Amino acid sequence: MSEVLAELAVDFSLLSLFAVGGVVTVLPELHRGVVEVHGWMTSTEFAQLFALAQASPGPNILVVSLIGWKVAGLAGAVVATAAVCAPSSILTYGVSQVWQRFRDARWRKTVEDGLVPLTVGLMLAGSFLITLAADQSAMGFIITAVTAAAVLGTRIHPLWLLAAGGLVGLAGWV
Amino acid sequence: MSGPPPGIADLFIRFTQVGISGFGGVMPWARRMLVEERRWLSAEEFNEALSLCQVLPGPNIVNMAVCIGTRFRGALGAFAAVMGLMCAPFAIVLALGALFTHYGGLPAVSAAFRGISAAAAGLIVAMGIKMAASPRLRSPMAVFAVAAFVGVGLVRLPLGVFLLVAVPASVAAAAWRSR
Repeated sequence: MSEVLAELAVDFSLLSLFAVGGVVTVLPELHRGVVEVHGWMTSTEFAQLFALAQASPGPNILVVSLIGWKVAGLAGAVVATAAVCAPSSILTYGVSQVWQRFRDARWRKTVEDGLVPLTVGLMLAGSFLITLAADQSAMGFIITAVTAAAVLGTRIHPLWLLAAGGLVGLAGWV
Repeated sequence: MSGPPPGIADLFIRFTQVGISGFGGVMPWARRMLVEERRWLSAEEFNEALSLCQVLPGPNIVNMAVCIGTRFRGALGAFAAVMGLMCAPFAIVLALGALFTHYGGLPAVSAAFRGISAAAAGLIVAMGIKMAASPRLRSPMAVFAVAAFVGVGLVRLPLGVFLLVAVPASVAAAAWRSR
């Protein structure tokens, strides 16, 4: 058990420092580690935990808490959450105190310009992988597409879209 | 414009409210609380802090809590803000997880969850498309977005390996373009 906790701690602290632009950009890496490298769960279970985190209030990062919990119970949840938050928080704590000094520095904008395209590509990779993990039928892909279109084209609250997906599933069509 | 600086307990309580308010991303709620309700920051100060939180690695909203907490109450303030943000949602998501473990095996629940998972994926797809439509991407720099998608999404390179090569390359390209 403590071995698993150590693996969670190491893997997720590294993830914390690679997460440019937030948790979605590290979804592919999370999936790779949790499903492919460690075999802690199936791809479907991964997608289910991700859906649970989306259906729950709070930061998206909570999917990590659920993964930790699934792998090693409450201790796993605490370790995984702390590991994914602590390194980046410590870095932010340090940098936020000197950031003001660089507010007009040109390299700041250059770094941002360099990171934005990578972030976008990683977000698309993350959404691609979570779609493959979640959808096992044509109807699944249809729900994903309709949901995405509804988010982009309307102001409907995401919880209604999750509920609608749930109803279609409940009807036995997915 | 700005209200009185918050204490440790304020930071914890307000970030708790932010944490439990949002679904699928709570940054808009953080902005509302910080800029409009509490007036701890001006809109400009918020944008400045946000750009820092986006450049640094890690969950953006957690970084935001650290920034705000640090700004007003140092390390202890940062800790209080992060704890406020995370504790209640952490308990809620684990409770949902426990319910799911208990009832997830029921055919009706697992059927519903196939639909919910598909919809949850759609929320993320929309987020990706929104970001990809950003005007900042209408330049040759978009090639790095394609590289990230292909490298990490299709070829499944380890993220660390990819970023070690791609970040220096992309930042160098941005520097070269802005000469």
